[in-house]
Amino acid sequence: MSQGSMAPGIAAGRLDSATLAENFQDLHPPYAPHEAAVAADRCYFCYDAPCVTACPTDIDIPLFIRQISTGQPEAAAQTIFEQNILGGMCARVCPTETLCEEACVREAAEGKPVEIGRLQRFATDTLMARDVHPFTRAAPTRKRVAVVGAGPAGLACAHRLAMLGHDVVIHEGRDKAGGLNEFGIAAYKSTNNFAASEVDWLMQIGGITMKTGVRLGDGLALASLQQEFDAVFLSVGLAGVNALRADGDDKDGVGDAVDFIADLRQADDLTTLPVGRDVVVIGGGMTAIDAAVQSRLLGAENVTVAYRRSRARMGASRFEQDLAASKGVKLMFNVQPVAVHGNGAAREVELAYTVEDGDGALTPTGETVRIKADQVWRAIGQTLQGSPDGLDIDGGKIAVSEAGRTSLHGVWAGGDCASGGDDLTVTAVAEGRDAAMDIHARLTNTG
Amino acid sequence: MADLRTDFLGISSPNPFWLASAPPTDKEYNVRRAFEAGWGGVVWKTLGAEGPPVVNVNGPRYGVIYGADRRVLGINNIELITDRPLETNLEEMARVKADYPDRALIASIMVPCDEASWKAILPRVAETGCDGIELNFGCPHGMSERGMGAAVGQVPEYIEMVTRWCKQYYDRPVIVKLTPNITDIRHPARAARNGGADAVSLINTVSSITSVNLDDFSPEPSIDGKGSHGGYCGPAVKPIALNMVAEIARDPETHGLPISGIGGVTTWRDAAEFMVLGAGNVQVCTAAMTYGFRVVEEMKRGLSQWMDEKGYTATSDFIGKAVPNVTDWQYLNLNFVAKARIDQDSCIKCGRCYAACEDTSHQAIWMHEDRVFEVNDAECVACNLCVDVCPVENCITMERLAPGTVDARTGKVVVEEYGNWTQHPNNPSAQAAE
Repeated sequence: MSQGSMAPGIAAGRLDSATLAENFQDLHPPYAPHEAAVAADRCYFCYDAPCVTACPTDIDIPLFIRQISTGQPEAAAQTIFEQNILGGMCARVCPTETLCEEACVREAAEGKPVEIGRLQRFATDTLMARDVHPFTRAAPTRKRVAVVGAGPAGLACAHRLAMLGHDVVIHEGRDKAGGLNEFGIAAYKSTNNFAASEVDWLMQIGGITMKTGVRLGDGLALASLQQEFDAVFLSVGLAGVNALRADGDDKDGVGDAVDFIADLRQADDLTTLPVGRDVVVIGGGMTAIDAAVQSRLLGAENVTVAYRRSRARMGASRFEQDLAASKGVKLMFNVQPVAVHGNGAAREVELAYTVEDGDGALTPTGETVRIKADQVWRAIGQTLQGSPDGLDIDGGKIAVSEAGRTSLHGVWAGGDCASGGDDLTVTAVAEGRDAAMDIHARLTNTG
Repeated sequence: MADLRTDFLGISSPNPFWLASAPPTDKEYNVRRAFEAGWGGVVWKTLGAEGPPVVNVNGPRYGVIYGADRRVLGINNIELITDRPLETNLEEMARVKADYPDRALIASIMVPCDEASWKAILPRVAETGCDGIELNFGCPHGMSERGMGAAVGQVPEYIEMVTRWCKQYYDRPVIVKLTPNITDIRHPARAARNGGADAVSLINTVSSITSVNLDDFSPEPSIDGKGSHGGYCGPAVKPIALNMVAEIARDPETHGLPISGIGGVTTWRDAAEFMVLGAGNVQVCTAAMTYGFRVVEEMKRGLSQWMDEKGYTATSDFIGKAVPNVTDWQYLNLNFVAKARIDQDSCIKCGRCYAACEDTSHQAIWMHEDRVFEVNDAECVACNLCVDVCPVENCITMERLAPGTVDARTGKVVVEEYGNWTQHPNNPSAQAAE
């Protein structure tokens, strides 16, 4: 018997497993072949297509869509993977509404873009379902590269280097590869253990050794990696979480949204995962939305996203905002937390209304509001943690020049930990890939 | 609602939409249902000579060409004439005609190319009370190997000879159905007229292979690993049919010869186009085979709507209306100078016009910053390719340069007078217009 949404406090099993399975099924169900053909036919095969320009990995979108429409989804997948080896995950998690699909001329024409993300998924799923790897390794170069962090940037970098004939050792701090693909994305965007299968499929290229449970600063030193390997690529992500800076943020029930999302993704049985009756998520990015929506899907009665700025400034796209609203999440704008109230455990969050001036500075209006909250998720950004000494830092991230070169010779960085980029899976892939090409050029003296 | 009644060769029908001789008109059951659905007339599936009927293949007999979303653009078939006994067909025809006196019923016939065969069948067909006959000189597959169908239609002398026999032994209208599988459609049409035909109908199907199976390397439709060319029909063949109809309509030797237009008629608009090019009515097959008999309802309502909009009260008001505007290339006005114009407000910036012009035409479209596309008048020859490939209707248009303006491409002042190739100084045979 499930507890229901009205059960007080933080409780597991609010919904039965059948309801949970339904709630957490694929956000965008995969296309059947005929659906894909019809969707593909809408592509105009634009000249110098705006969608390609908008894609951080420069996938030749008109070409792969044309390959789908001519009945060769496997060849379409090859076109995708040549540019983006994690094209399968990107097809699921890319905010296409602000990337390729926003740029699609049919968005301009009719407000209904070609569904590039779903078409990409159709192509990549078709090829990956055959469990064959579409690339082969070049002749061995006997060069060795260390990759630190097995998230999207590290995986993309490792794959490209392996393909070019180098030997790669990936050092991953967690006990499982995948990074945010595995731990940081809403479950309904990556069903059926896709992130882990994608890593297995990617590793089929050969030449990549995966070491888990090894972390920089925790038995692993950059200097020794530099000695042991011909090049090092850092893709350690952002392990730290910004503090709430509100009174009472140490009360029970206050936590980090990224941990909640990770726990949810790793849970074998969602009925065992506790969630509050009244959940408040502080923040305005994708992490905030993912945490809020999933809280609702787990059975929370009231879920509120409290964002300190206006809707227009929100990091999460309008699509994500609407998705949250459609699941019953309440979005509050121009409110920032001033206190978490409760006797030991959180009971209420007090929010102060804000106004924003032209420079983005926030001023409290003096009015506050208290809303019920037995669970409060912090989703106000992540920070670089434990960066090795000697690396220049820029804006709180590892400073990199083009192609990901850091201030240390022989050390590259990419993904969320590196300066620049949008902190998206797809930009991480692009950065990993491009750094790999630069490393390759350096190691083969062609750059 | 405009009056769609049509008088074709003295045969009246409530509308100009007839079902062509083909699988949909194979038997009483179909034809009754077609008439109930509202078709104005039916050309019965082609009858053969007395005796054991032909046999059809027992595997697939149709192949297809698809557009987007499996939209049927063309079908080819390797079906032969009726494979039912002559007597059965004749009995059914008589019954149907008796029950539907206001509808046109035409017998399509194909018998061997000898006088005796035609003389034998014609009186029996006449007994059914049908309104006329159509001579199947068009079928390009199977029967043509036996010296019938297109094998006759490709030899004008045979057409004339058989038509003459039919006019001799049959006293109702004789329509000669023409094959498009020839070089110049005017020759068989002239032969039909010379033989005394009351009308021609065209086009029959186009010899075709629709596709090849790339696993077993057999043309489709494949029968046990082999294929044979079939007859192609449907929307894909309409442009070929329209031209052939127009050629006959404007040929001085056949001008005025009634035409029943066939070839990809799918909507009211297709029918109207055939009719303004000279067809007195149209025959339909593929649209019915794709959508069922009910598709005629849209054709009737659409044609009627268009006639109301145009103020036409009878189909005779517009039949042949476009024929005077079909001319030879040499008479086209070379002083008509146009330039492409791109409406920036409706442009969606796909760049297809640019790719088409830059790669395959006259390099007359500039691609500026921010994907702004603009026509370079100094290169634009007004070829229309940009208009054709633009996905947005009316985004790119052709605008005529006003007389007196200078064509930036040629540097010449546009003149108002009509001037064609026969008068052009570059033409060695030009007649000086003095």
